[in-house]
Amino acid sequence: MIKLRFASPEMLVDINEIPDLDYHRVDADGSIHVGALCRHADLERSSLLATRQPTMAAAAPLVADPIVRNRGTLVGSLCHADPQGDWASVMVSLDASVVAQGRNGRRTIPVRELVRGPFQTNLAYDEIVVEAIAPAPMGEAAGGYLKLERRVGDYATVGVAVSIDRTGDEITRAGIGLSGVGGSTISADDAVQVLVGSSLTADVIAEAASLAAQAAQPRTDHRGSASYKRQLVSVFTSRILTRLIRSEEEAA
Amino acid sequence: MTSLFQEVSPGAAAETPTRQITVTINGERRSAVVEPRLLLAHLLRQGFHLTGTHTGCDTSNCGACTVLLDGTPVKSCTLFAVQADGHDVMTVEGLAGPSELHAIQEGFKEEHGLQCGFCTPGMMMASKALLDENPNPTEDEIRWALSGNLCRCTGYQNIVKAVMWAAKKLEDQ
Repeated sequence: MIKLRFASPEMLVDINEIPDLDYHRVDADGSIHVGALCRHADLERSSLLATRQPTMAAAAPLVADPIVRNRGTLVGSLCHADPQGDWASVMVSLDASVVAQGRNGRRTIPVRELVRGPFQTNLAYDEIVVEAIAPAPMGEAAGGYLKLERRVGDYATVGVAVSIDRTGDEITRAGIGLSGVGGSTISADDAVQVLVGSSLTADVIAEAASLAAQAAQPRTDHRGSASYKRQLVSVFTSRILTRLIRSEEEAA
Repeated sequence: MTSLFQEVSPGAAAETPTRQITVTINGERRSAVVEPRLLLAHLLRQGFHLTGTHTGCDTSNCGACTVLLDGTPVKSCTLFAVQADGHDVMTVEGLAGPSELHAIQEGFKEEHGLQCGFCTPGMMMASKALLDENPNPTEDEIRWALSGNLCRCTGYQNIVKAVMWAAKKLEDQ
């Protein structure tokens, strides 16, 4: 924010030396907790995410560039509230929340209610986010994250996060988050409604992809035209979901 | 030391808040009194005159200012100097020995891994971190590790070759 000249605070408080905030772990109930000082690089190398949370595991290596990932954090990315940020759409697709702590104790805020506008959150001035929580999957977790960027480290032209939980072939819960195609992260709720209760057939995927593209509010800029970005949302949604179709051997 | 010139309003407080920090730079413990807003890159360049660390974009895009903080590559234009207090920093000046170049530097020379040279210190420090962790990287792994460092001259091919050359030399030693 300071580098972008969006903020010139009189005082900054560095949380880097606070102990015990660099964790990410799974709780007994299956929820995944990411502490405020857990770096992108920790999540990129995490065997926990690789085995339990495919949407987060897919996004971690695509955030910024390898050197920035050594310092940046998931919680910091959420609080930065950049409409082109990767983690926000991932966490929206997971129905995740953050825990804010201030003088008056702790409160939990759903990620989709955290952001008030570009680079603005609903945190009080004396609150910080201490952790993010992805709830336990309702069944088996599947998903992915795809992003188009002009080069590594550039802002996302379009990013699409898809998360589904399923029992057998039936989708019990779904989430789709879109980055870079609106003034804030977009939750493609109509597309999600098509998925829940269905299984991944070609028709269902095509309809979900189409509805996700309709939910996007892209603007034409130097990264591409609005119609191009909208088309990318459809292609990415469809591509992620198609990869999740299980072959008959896997389903058996 | 922290700024050569600073105009202040006539009623401004006379004292700028400062903090004393101690940083191990290239193996040597060094202390300085700095303004909290001083960036690590500027501490190195203007404070300690270690001008090998370049500031290219000042927005953590280009990677020219990459140094190792406790062995991990970071972009020093995105850290405050006070955040390095008590930590270990290695800059490109720390690579060469008293009489000979580091294998990475030799590799960049042998394989023509630089043209204008502006990105080179950052490239070398990112390469150092890679080779410390993975002494025998593939071409893809090198390109991945250097993807946060921009070069406008070489097209990257010779940089990749330089790192491969250095890996081989280090292996033979």
